[in-house]
Amino acid sequence: MEILAILIPVSLFLGGVGLVAFFWAMKTKQFDDPDGDAQRILTKEWDDKPKP
Amino acid sequence: MTVVEDFAQGSGRVPLSACPACAAAPSAERIAALRAVRDGRIMLSLPLAHCAACISTVEGALSAVPGVRSTRVNLTQKRVSVDAGPEVTAAALISVLKAEGQEAHELDPGLLSATETDKQGRDLLMRLGVAFFSMMNVMLLSVAVWSGAEDATRDLFHWISAAIALPTVIFAGQPFFKSAWASLRVGRLGMDVPISLALILASSISVYETWMSGHHAYFDAAVMLAFFLLVGRYLDHRTRAIARSAAEELAALEVPRATVLVDGTEVETAISAVLAGNTVLVRPGARMPVDGVVIHGASEVDRSLLTGESLPVRAGEGTLVCAGEVNLTGPLTLRVTAAGKDSSLHRMADLVAVAEGAKTRYTSLADRAARAYSPLVHILSFGAFGYWMWATGGDLRYAINISAAVLIITCPCALGLAVPAVITSASGRLFRKGLLIKHGTALERIAEVDTVVFDKTGTLTMGVPEPVGLLDHPGEVLAVAAALAAGSSHPLARALAEGARSAGVALADVCDVLEVPGHGIEGRWQGQRVRLGRADWVGAKAIAETATYLSMAGSTHAFAFTDRPRPGAEMAVAALRAAGMQIELLSGDAEAPVRDLAERLGIANWRAGVLPAEKAARVAELSALGRKVLMVGDGLNDTAALAAAHVSISPATALDAARVASDIVLLGQDMAPIADAVRIGRQSARRMVENFFISGGYNVVAVPLALMGLATPLAAALAMSLSSITVSLNAMRLK
Repeated sequence: MEILAILIPVSLFLGGVGLVAFFWAMKTKQFDDPDGDAQRILTKEWDDKPKP
Repeated sequence: MTVVEDFAQGSGRVPLSACPACAAAPSAERIAALRAVRDGRIMLSLPLAHCAACISTVEGALSAVPGVRSTRVNLTQKRVSVDAGPEVTAAALISVLKAEGQEAHELDPGLLSATETDKQGRDLLMRLGVAFFSMMNVMLLSVAVWSGAEDATRDLFHWISAAIALPTVIFAGQPFFKSAWASLRVGRLGMDVPISLALILASSISVYETWMSGHHAYFDAAVMLAFFLLVGRYLDHRTRAIARSAAEELAALEVPRATVLVDGTEVETAISAVLAGNTVLVRPGARMPVDGVVIHGASEVDRSLLTGESLPVRAGEGTLVCAGEVNLTGPLTLRVTAAGKDSSLHRMADLVAVAEGAKTRYTSLADRAARAYSPLVHILSFGAFGYWMWATGGDLRYAINISAAVLIITCPCALGLAVPAVITSASGRLFRKGLLIKHGTALERIAEVDTVVFDKTGTLTMGVPEPVGLLDHPGEVLAVAAALAAGSSHPLARALAEGARSAGVALADVCDVLEVPGHGIEGRWQGQRVRLGRADWVGAKAIAETATYLSMAGSTHAFAFTDRPRPGAEMAVAALRAAGMQIELLSGDAEAPVRDLAERLGIANWRAGVLPAEKAARVAELSALGRKVLMVGDGLNDTAALAAAHVSISPATALDAARVASDIVLLGQDMAPIADAVRIGRQSARRMVENFFISGGYNVVAVPLALMGLATPLAAALAMSLSSITVSLNAMRLK
């Protein structure tokens, strides 16, 4: 059962990473325009270099 | 001066808040935002944008305009926001986009308060995310406990669960605690009171049990409850936010500007800055921005949005005109008598606000369910507590355990989802059909409707005239009339010219064509004077229908017009009648056109020449008879009736005041979706009731178990998730 001492913190940590990623996505307004983002990935405009 | 004005605008849009400081702070932000907006952010609506190519075209074309700093298309909202220097105007950008084949309309950025609703939605989403995270983790730990972890392991798992669940309940439960406290303070038991009680009681009893190394802890139930209820809240919020932003967009499309004459030069001014006594120029085709008296010019004005009359009215020097009327033929110069807040349009909007207040008295299905349900929950829980105190001879811990289990199991997890899930599903479906549901309870109310009252001009008809019996006139007469009509932009003349063209009439050779604003057109044909216009001007005898008159060679001819019915009007009326509705037509227009339309659509019950107050009175009379009235109208003369009706629909072309007063807005031209709205409304009311019964059914099974003390945390978790999922699936069955 000693393995629990490692596994539980690990699982909580991984879950926490997901939560932080979710917060970050929300802070950077990634849910504002889901349709647009889905379409933007198809354009070839900034394929060579990132948009300045 | 401008700061004061900004502040007034800004504070008007800040949502009511309990603490005055919170209310003040956002308005300061808002001033800054408005400032920034003035500095050169231009918002354009792009109704046709739909693909990746559209995004590149629009952004590329706009970035190429000198002075534009950055552009960003939002495809979800079909808008583009442009950050540009003051020298760039919206009109210039619109013409640039037009050249690229993209239709664009200017939006008034001050009216789009997207940021505040966004903040609320993001806040809810954040709580939802936290609740989801801890639900998953606590659930993993609980599975171990359910499958037989014992002694120290179980206690450890309970402690870890507590460490995750308690902060979550405190953070994620705040919306419920706040609204429960608000309802307790006014002495009511809303749905949020048992929810908050269950959250608090479940958490504290679990902490106590964990402390005592007990078997059962309800941490999983507490976070799961918070999660499912937040899902319901979020769905509810999102539906309303979408409706609000679409309604705001309709309002923002009418950028309120007036052309003020200052020392003979024309200055474009915001309507809010126009003062009584100013002189305002109104061009043909434009809507009157203010109330005023005509001091120069002659024209005809279309009052159909205000009174329902389809026939244009003559306006000359000294005529009083009201904001909202449309100037048809000649330019008019007005002396402003009332502008902005004092104008007749605004006074009507105030009336509507009063009627809106009355409408909130409708108690929704969810409220009625909560009113029946929450006392029952409390009685059951306290009853169980009392009984077990007595039965076990004063074992407080056991009795509290049982009453907490009862509270958790009865707790309306599914009830919190029952209505929002149905409304989200139904309004999404109706939105795709071109109906915007502005009000949360509109669907329930439309389900109860048994009488439909229609307005005529602009609602059942397009407000666009169509000539009738054109070919009954002699060819020569028609040729002359068409030639004269071709020189005017008056709606009747345009319809006549259009009708003649499609009938293949060759134009007669008329010279010296001259438009006499407010009267008609005159010209010279084969050396004689010919006139097309109002009856008194050409010397003809007026007929009952909407008509224009031609005088030539000593005789006069009348060209009658009928208003073209809206596409789908016939279908909508037929479908509504098939659904068992009584249909009435109340119009402010003259008798002949109303009778004509009523016969065409098969409406037996019609009245013409109805005043605005009479419309509202008729609706009130029907309501007093116990009828539930659906009012469909678009004009200012309908607003009072729209607000008085049980539920109301207005087309997107309606005046702002009418759209504000109505619960549902028809976005397209087609009327047929109205029948769909009634059908889907009835269906969704049925689904809501079904959902209440489903969650009630789970309770009927689970509550006796809980009362007997047989409910384990596993049973609570199962009942909760199963009922929530069934309810959501049932909501999605809407067709």
